Amino acid sequence: MNLLIGATTIGLILALLAFGVYLSFRIFSFPDITADGSITLGAAVTAALLIHHVAPWEATLAGFLAGMIAGSITGLLHTKFKINELLSGILVMTALYSVNLHIMGKSNVPLMNEATLTSQVESLYANFFGGKEDIDVFGWAVSVRDASTLMGVTTIVALVGLALYLFFRTNLGTAMRATGDNPQMIRALGVSVDFILILGLAISNGLIALAGSLLAQYQGFADVQMGIGMVVWGLASVIIGEALVGTSSIGLVITGAVMGSVLFRLLVAIALRWGLNPNDLKLITALFVFVALIAPAMIRKFKSASAPKSA
Amino acid sequence: MLEIDHIRKTFHPGTPNEVKALRGVTLNLEKGTFLIIIGTNGSGKSTLLNAVAGTFFVDEGTIGLAGNNITHWPEHRRAKLIGRVFQNPFSGTAPNMTIAENLALATRRGKPRGFSWALNRGMMTELRDRVRTLNMGLEQRLENPIGSLSGGQRQALTLLMASWLKPDLLLLDEHTAALDPKSADQVIRLTHDIIQKDKLTTLMVTHSMQQAVNLGDRIVMMYKGEVLHDLSGSEKQRARPEDLLQRFEDVRRREQLDGTVAEMLRKNYI
Repeated sequence: MNLLIGATTIGLILALLAFGVYLSFRIFSFPDITADGSITLGAAVTAALLIHHVAPWEATLAGFLAGMIAGSITGLLHTKFKINELLSGILVMTALYSVNLHIMGKSNVPLMNEATLTSQVESLYANFFGGKEDIDVFGWAVSVRDASTLMGVTTIVALVGLALYLFFRTNLGTAMRATGDNPQMIRALGVSVDFILILGLAISNGLIALAGSLLAQYQGFADVQMGIGMVVWGLASVIIGEALVGTSSIGLVITGAVMGSVLFRLLVAIALRWGLNPNDLKLITALFVFVALIAPAMIRKFKSASAPKSA
Repeated sequence: MLEIDHIRKTFHPGTPNEVKALRGVTLNLEKGTFLIIIGTNGSGKSTLLNAVAGTFFVDEGTIGLAGNNITHWPEHRRAKLIGRVFQNPFSGTAPNMTIAENLALATRRGKPRGFSWALNRGMMTELRDRVRTLNMGLEQRLENPIGSLSGGQRQALTLLMASWLKPDLLLLDEHTAALDPKSADQVIRLTHDIIQKDKLTTLMVTHSMQQAVNLGDRIVMMYKGEVLHDLSGSEKQRARPEDLLQRFEDVRRREQLDGTVAEMLRKNYI
């Protein structure tokens, strides 16, 4: 049970990553690799501030803002200097590796003894449950600490998801969706496509850095390697979400991203439990995304091949 | 209203693909004029439209619109003054967004876009009322994605969007060329009505000589990046499709003559 709660919590945290990946990959069709660097950036900034005893919520917010800056740089490289989309992301991601090391001062910063959002939420709920170690959930003994973190993370993800959903219904948000859908049209309606793209990538990487910030606080450390392969992870979550609930409305897609992220994390946790070598995890994730990317075309091909030929 | 002064544009200069698309075009448009531009393929008529819209910057010359020198304005800034309909019905709308959302985007053409709701009840009522004037039954389908509509329906909506906020200049780039004849007729009628109703200053490019003589107050014929003829007033009223075709045939023959004469000279003397 603790395994499941832990996996769900991480899955929810990484739903923020999925939101960010959805924004860049799906809304803008912009393959933004910055994510691998910005998730670590969020963790690094938050960790560095926490060990200097900055209030956890301020440290988390700083992580989010740092991600926004990273995203805007990628956007600027692409729009103002006409650098290819992938390359813009790769440049910023590579640069961020050094930046993250500088921010943390070393490759791994433990947060075990610091006040974090996790520790604050835990003490909040500990008071609420009168200092009990475990609570009873449908007959399962669940530690108050795990349950309280899960509830805290659920609240944050729900709020961010709602904010994103509402944003996409504002004038600015619809302009952003239209920019991804048909840049020529929205330019003819007076919107600076460059500005919207930079703003969108800033929000995307801000969310991804927020995921990194929360992940570091949950795991109790920030590590300079923690971002590797995160783009693919986020993409896998988005794809699962789309398969689960479809893409017919923004609300569904956002809900789907959360479901996809949690489901994927649960599957991974179970696979690891059954003896999957953790070293193979990234390989399996990449294979999964590969299959998910080619499957629709393969299925179409198969269907049209088996359909009776019309003369 | 629109002052185009000696504009020139060369694409891919200094390469084998060099194209002198505009060779010093000057054109002045009075407020409320409906100007039709005709010309053969490669005559520079669409290039002229794109130069005004700001798709690229001209190499030389200036463009003035509604008292502003817009020569160096980026495309999205010019959109505050200009409404546009493209040749390709897919270009003017965002296919994965609903009809209502697309129209809502057009209601803020050239205006700041902030955090207020794109759609609300009042807006939906207004959208429905104005879509009803198209007589296409689309007011029942405002929540459907625009991608599910036919080319003619999309072009009609794009026209509505371009003229939603009365633009200082309306640009129509062969906006019926990709449509079947019936839809083209419908869109042309709609074009006529909208321009009449709001007395819009309009620049329309077309391939169709019939459209050119039926619509508009003035015809400009372009050839090889230059204005060849400029018909207005009674001359425009008298013009028939055959006359226009004849004029094109004349230039073509003169061109051909040049070619064959050069060939003859080359054979005999070189």
